[in-house]
Amino acid sequence: MKIVIIGNGMTSYKFCEKMMAKAAPGTVELVVFGEEPRPAYDRVHLSEFFSGKTATDLEIAPASWYAEQNITLHLGDPVQQIDRTLKTVHSYKGITESYDYLVLATGSAAFVPPIPGVDKKGVFIYRTIEDLEMMRDYAPKATTGAVIGGGLLGLEAAKALLDLGLKKTHVIEFAPRLMPRQIDEAGSNLLKAKLETLGLEIHTSKSTTNILGEDTITGLQFSDDSILEADMLVISAGISPRDEVARLCGLETGHRGGIVVNEQLQTTDPCIYAIGECALYNGMIYGLVAPGYEMAEVACSHILGSHKAFTGFDMSTKLKLIGVDVASFGNPFAPADQCRTIIFEDTMKGIYKRINVSNDGQHLLGGILIGDADAYNMLLQTAKNKVILPPNPEDLLLGARGAQTEGGAGVLGLPDEATICSCENVSKATICNAVTAGNETLDAVKKCTKAGTCCGGCVPMVKDLITSTMKAQGKYIRNVVCEHFSYSRQELFDLIKIKEIRTFDDALDHYGQGDGCEVCKPVVASILASLWNEMILTKGNDTVQDSNDRYLANIQKGGTYSVVPRVPGGEITPRQLMVIAQVAEKYNLYTKITGGQRIDMFGAHVNDLPLIWEELVAAGFESGHAYGKALRTVKSCVGSTWCRFGLHDSVSFAIRIEQRYRGLRAPHKLKSAVSGCIRECAEAQSKDFGIIATEKGWNLYVCGNGGSKPQHALLLAGDVDSDTCIRYIDRFLMFYIKTADPLTRTATWLNKLDGGIEYLRNVVVNDSLGIADQLEAEMQVLVDNYKCEWKEVVENPELRKRFSHFVNAPEEKDPTIKFENLREQKKAAEWK
Amino acid sequence: MSLENSATLTWFYACKVDDVPANGGVCVKYFDEQIALFRFARRNEWYATQNLCPHRRQMALSRGMTGTQEGEPKVACPFHKKSFSLVDGRCLTDEHECSLNTYPVKVEGDRVYIGIGAGGQQVEVMA
Ligand code: SRM
Ligand SMILES: Cc1cc2nc3c(=O)[nH]c(=O)nc-3n(C[C@H](O)[C@H](O)[C@H](O)COP(=O)(O)OP(=O)(O)OC[C@H]3O[C@@H](n4cnc5c(N)ncnc54)[C@H](O)[C@@H]3O)c2cc1C
Ligand code: SF4
Ligand code: FES
Repeated sequence: MKIVIIGNGMTSYKFCEKMMAKAAPGTVELVVFGEEPRPAYDRVHLSEFFSGKTATDLEIAPASWYAEQNITLHLGDPVQQIDRTLKTVHSYKGITESYDYLVLATGSAAFVPPIPGVDKKGVFIYRTIEDLEMMRDYAPKATTGAVIGGGLLGLEAAKALLDLGLKKTHVIEFAPRLMPRQIDEAGSNLLKAKLETLGLEIHTSKSTTNILGEDTITGLQFSDDSILEADMLVISAGISPRDEVARLCGLETGHRGGIVVNEQLQTTDPCIYAIGECALYNGMIYGLVAPGYEMAEVACSHILGSHKAFTGFDMSTKLKLIGVDVASFGNPFAPADQCRTIIFEDTMKGIYKRINVSNDGQHLLGGILIGDADAYNMLLQTAKNKVILPPNPEDLLLGARGAQTEGGAGVLGLPDEATICSCENVSKATICNAVTAGNETLDAVKKCTKAGTCCGGCVPMVKDLITSTMKAQGKYIRNVVCEHFSYSRQELFDLIKIKEIRTFDDALDHYGQGDGCEVCKPVVASILASLWNEMILTKGNDTVQDSNDRYLANIQKGGTYSVVPRVPGGEITPRQLMVIAQVAEKYNLYTKITGGQRIDMFGAHVNDLPLIWEELVAAGFESGHAYGKALRTVKSCVGSTWCRFGLHDSVSFAIRIEQRYRGLRAPHKLKSAVSGCIRECAEAQSKDFGIIATEKGWNLYVCGNGGSKPQHALLLAGDVDSDTCIRYIDRFLMFYIKTADPLTRTATWLNKLDGGIEYLRNVVVNDSLGIADQLEAEMQVLVDNYKCEWKEVVENPELRKRFSHFVNAPEEKDPTIKFENLREQKKAAEWK
Repeated sequence: MSLENSATLTWFYACKVDDVPANGGVCVKYFDEQIALFRFARRNEWYATQNLCPHRRQMALSRGMTGTQEGEPKVACPFHKKSFSLVDGRCLTDEHECSLNTYPVKVEGDRVYIGIGAGGQQVEVMA
């Protein structure tokens, strides 16, 4: 049987994958025509192209996958005609293929309203990788952006413009509110306020009548005659199904577009199916990937003779990437006479949650979450599976308060048939069975069931299911390190300490099995360093260090390294600056001021590292440990020595702290800062430990984080003197080092710590465990054992020898390394 | 590596045993090629693969971390931690990723040799 598929987007791929899995080998021949130049890619995560993903990262399956499956793939070759009597298709490049069954998976195109001027330069749509490439190339010329359309995609495009560096971006929505199809007015108002803090300007109830400018856009004109200046515009006003080839060959299409299909996804010609965003089922186009995948499944089964049916699909969605959570599920707008509505709103924090509960209080009908959508998966499943609600349904939004409530919440409370992963249509039972069968890690469950492999939205639930299934089997759940060590990091830490183990091999011989891997080696290396603070490159432990630690430098694109000397507190003398300048010029290094108040020199050949550091060490510099899970920087503001508001000398205190904890290795990196007054110019409240001067002393804050999930630090102790402050930091850091899981920053550690900040304060300040003296003593050992790693390498010929590229040609540098020029410096050549 | 095919191989002297850190790798220059050589001291085994990581075409595997996955020796690339089998070069973390070329290794006394197939490669031996 020969099946031709037109279109090579997301559902087309899914159809091929399902067909190859279901059909008996050798019985089905597949031929795919794709209009785009590349094989199917993940359109859902298209915007990640602007946060560094490449076209290859977005690929769903490379061309080689099609080849391995014996699927013929014609790319860059759209089908232009279908001959239904001869059962053939004809392509743009002149290929004719016959078919037994034809599947249309042509997707949709961006809908462009007929506004005069849409063809001007600087006007874009947002659908394919090529669209995004053009935007990226144009953006440096633009300063003010606009997006027509305040729906799901429009907001994503607006965020993309911000990410592309446009100073200002406007969103223009025709309806009186944002995301009119997903959220209500109150939610929309709150969303608008939040987006405005991100730098977007939102205009609702605006209808664009004209795009201004000669041949390049300069602005927009609206029906109320107002004008908005803009030099880049993205139109995201909806989608329009690609039904042109279908219409040409006489298949029935909807009057607003879309190829009409029945429950089996057959068009009006029973040999031709349509799936995905081009298919019109029951008067509706499903512009999401999960229903498309379900259609692929149904069409595939039907062609192979079984009888599944597509009966519509839930349109629940969660908006991603925009920097504020937005989700809507089930029926978000259920009318007042059919439901009871519970609303929670916190305008201070920017949170709005609404749920609609059936009049009898039994079922969840739908809802809206803005500002905090953590509960989305759980609520969606509760609604979809008609789970009977707890007696106080508001607990779903607010959590159980006071007395414990039974039932309702909890993943195990969901029925077996509940769909956990809607992209791959995996039920709760399938996942639990996989766990019972021995797939006890996320990776194993992903491999075995495919759950969580598409949009990833269900991963937290899958994890919860794994743990709760294992718990239900009476298994004691520990976060074991990996297949080589069946201990948690904390257990391993204690064992290594008690047995005074000093090398990785010893740890493995005593407590592990096998030969180790890239997960457990750095974990043990970090524990050894946190316990004994010995030179990390001593024989035996050198090759268990994470790659950056092993070379005492961060590896860069192309295989060169960066050099970051420590600049305690950010204070540096003109003399030291000159040394850095000389070294950077001599070894041709790109220099940049870092976000941590010091100077990074990039692009050093591995062979040059010891030479560079020899010069730096001679001038009094030390390693900055930018490569290690170790103390990074202690930022400072200028403080009372110069600043008219400064209460204390924040620079001196920052230097004291940085010198105390330099080289300290921990489960993850550590950052700190000291501000001289409450104006907080050093941003101490975003650090693992931060200190702010008060009239009476210092306030010590802990467990803050920047990065992708920023979190403010919490006050641990107020108005303490300098020595007390340092003693508290000793205790805090040592307690963290002993108990945190690998690669867990202090903020995440605190979030998981039973009892939270109160408990931590009890341990550190009130010494509730009676371990404060011990913690301080352990820290003092580490402080006393500190040596600069680079100084040791520079002085040790054995260690220096490891810094060469070729073992049999130690003088030669890697000839494949290439640089390009950028603003009078060099940069790494772009990788593929 | 089997003795049958070693006849068709050219054994190229790479370095001394002690030039390679225990349980680590080094990069060996073979004319214009770069070969990653691994010393699996715990198992007393040696492996060699191409030095180029196919993922982003980085000359980096010799700086990767060695280990095992269910008993199979492997190396993880320092850039994005993709793991490759040292036995047959296939990518263990991503079935779509290209495989590595592997080379047989033999140790005589304190000298380590890498076997290069006779398939058109130069046969001269470097000292
Ligand atoms: C150089 C620098 C960027 C710059 O040019 O300014 C930088 C560069 C890198 N950062 Fe950073 N970060 C730099 C300041 C920051 C800051 C700002 C700060 O420290 O004040 C943050 C947010 C604050 C925070 O960490 O809480 C920051 C949050 C991250 C994160 C996210 C951490 C998180 O908990 O979410 C990573 C990823 C990680 O560590 O896993 C990261 C990882 C990296 C790595 C190591 C990525 C890598 O593995 O290659 C980059 C290494 C570049 C290199 O080769 O040297 N970098 N990074 C900054 C070095 C500061 C320094 O002097 O040491
Ligand atoms: C920026 C963005 C963000 C999104 N975010 C989400 C999200 O968060 N969640 C979600 O569920 N969905 C999201 N979507 C929607 C999702 O991507 C689509 O629902 C999905 O891609 C539809 O798959 P498809 O295979 O039907 O169509 P497509 O992926 O569009 O594939 C159709 C392909 O067919 C080709 N084609 C058309 N005509 C022909 C022809 N005659 N011959 C050959 N080839 C042809 C097209 O060029 C195209 O490559 C998003 C979409 C975009 C653009
Ligand atoms: S320096 Fe930090 S933020 Fe910038 S690209 Fe690297 S990791 Fe990302
Ligand atoms: S370059 Fe090796 S894993 Fe990416």
